[in-house]
Amino acid sequence: MNQTPLLSPRFGLRMNAVGILSGLIVLFWILVAFVGPSFAPHAPGDIVDFDFFGPISSELWLGSDYLGRDIFSRILLGTRYTVGISFAAVCIACFSGVVLGMTAAVIGGWFDMVLSRVLDALNSIPSKLFGLVMVAAIGSSIPVLIVLLAVIYTPGSYRFARALAVNCNTLDFISVARARGEKTIYLISQEILPNITGPVLADFGLRFVFIVLLLSGLSFLGLGVQPPNADWGSLVKENIGGLAFAAPAVIAPCVAIASLTISVNLLIDNLPVKIRDRA
Amino acid sequence: MPGQITLLVLGRLGVTLLTLLIVSFVVFGATLLLPGDVVEILLGQAATPEAVAGLREAMNLDSPAIVRYVQWLFGLIQGDFGMSYANNMPVADMIGGRLANTLRLAAVTTAIAVPLALFLGITTAMFRGSLYDRIVTTLIVSIISVPEFLIATLAVLVFAVWLRWLPALSLANDVNSFGQLLKVFAMPVITLSCVISAQMIRMTRAAVIEALKMPYVEMALLKGASRTRIVLHHALPNAIGPIANAVALSLSYLLGGVIIVETIFNYPGIAKLMVDAVSTRDLPLIQSCAMIFCFGFLLLITIADVIAILSNPRLRR
Repeated sequence: MNQTPLLSPRFGLRMNAVGILSGLIVLFWILVAFVGPSFAPHAPGDIVDFDFFGPISSELWLGSDYLGRDIFSRILLGTRYTVGISFAAVCIACFSGVVLGMTAAVIGGWFDMVLSRVLDALNSIPSKLFGLVMVAAIGSSIPVLIVLLAVIYTPGSYRFARALAVNCNTLDFISVARARGEKTIYLISQEILPNITGPVLADFGLRFVFIVLLLSGLSFLGLGVQPPNADWGSLVKENIGGLAFAAPAVIAPCVAIASLTISVNLLIDNLPVKIRDRA
Repeated sequence: MPGQITLLVLGRLGVTLLTLLIVSFVVFGATLLLPGDVVEILLGQAATPEAVAGLREAMNLDSPAIVRYVQWLFGLIQGDFGMSYANNMPVADMIGGRLANTLRLAAVTTAIAVPLALFLGITTAMFRGSLYDRIVTTLIVSIISVPEFLIATLAVLVFAVWLRWLPALSLANDVNSFGQLLKVFAMPVITLSCVISAQMIRMTRAAVIEALKMPYVEMALLKGASRTRIVLHHALPNAIGPIANAVALSLSYLLGGVIIVETIFNYPGIAKLMVDAVSTRDLPLIQSCAMIFCFGFLLLITIADVIAILSNPRLRR
């Protein structure tokens, strides 16, 4: 990759073309999640084509699905589920993980040891398996899915934030703050958090990708978002029968998932070093 | 007096056992979350008060949760997995053959993916920055950042729909000849190999590049050794530890992959059994499968860590 600065280096931030392009794709999907469904040419539940797995046409931009519904409209609505659920889950996971991680690093001792051991154990249950067992036990409504995904990815976020905070905790200004007699809350919010923000944000993005992957995987197994609602994973599952004749109905949601996750990954890889590695 | 390495390895094994215990607790705890009464769900229409009381008695549901947990755990250790709710068969009988199928799939995948990944990982590190390296690394980032079912879908599109080499969906029931066996295994193995070798290539490449930065590599370069010789004789022996670690770690990704792959290709393995059990909410079966999976996963992670400990020359006394 040639490092041509396209962004004006006003704030000392430069980003290469790949980074900007992937950033735009991510932005596009966020926008679609908010306003996409109101641009849908057909209602997502309406059967508009007499043929199933219809081809791409001027009427149906991405063909029709296994019941003859418009895939383009269904993808627009599915964006809301995939991006929305994943975003809510990653916010909860990162918030609780980072707060617990910083607290453990500052307090240390028994609190740190017990918390780390338990969360490490949770981390060593494969995420898909954990998801399967929990969905079997408590079902898969959307709030349950959000909490479940958040619980699965909190330990990883905790581990990451704790490692950063432990490094930060040994620096002089923390000792000074301690000597001043500052409380734990002040230490983590005013002294440590500002110094680990960059890497934590990068981790937030990566964890978002993991959650999108797990959610799509669960939906693909029929255990995630339930009909009549459908996220991108459910759309692939619904239309998997069209795979044998390469129907656009099964390829389009796949492309949507891939474009989102690959873009987020590339965006993080190409973030200006100043943001990414500030700690 | 035991050496430092023995202590470290024993400590690591202790952590694994403790983790397995916590995992079993979580897996068992999932049953308690089940809304409604298991007995009434099981009996359905026939849930007369007497029948409910009788079955509760028979299933030991009246004793406190912690007692049932301990009984369940001891049963597991002795190989008694309990009875399936859905079809009243011993879980062990249902798992037996399925487990063998999955292990066979995993073995074939490992045999193909590991040599391939090592070759690609080492060569990309050798020709770092070349076009070849960039193509492979870009492919790997793409494979890592998409879900497993997407790779499976792509494999079907390429090999079954466009090239027409293989059947779209494999059914392992009608295997009579070696050719059919190949056809049944081909697609799941291709998908799984992609999933696990991507991680392996990435980590192997990083390990070799790390080793190539060492001063002794520069020394070898100065004395005029060829590139192949530098990599194979100087860098690689020092990167063996991290690479073995990477291989064991990547194999643990088989697990996530196998759940998806067995479902999409209708492969009669233990993961498919578990996914089906989730739809029928057959908890004893789910718990047993989950424990088997977690055990395999922890085993691989532990092996990876032990290799990392053993290969650290600073710990050798």
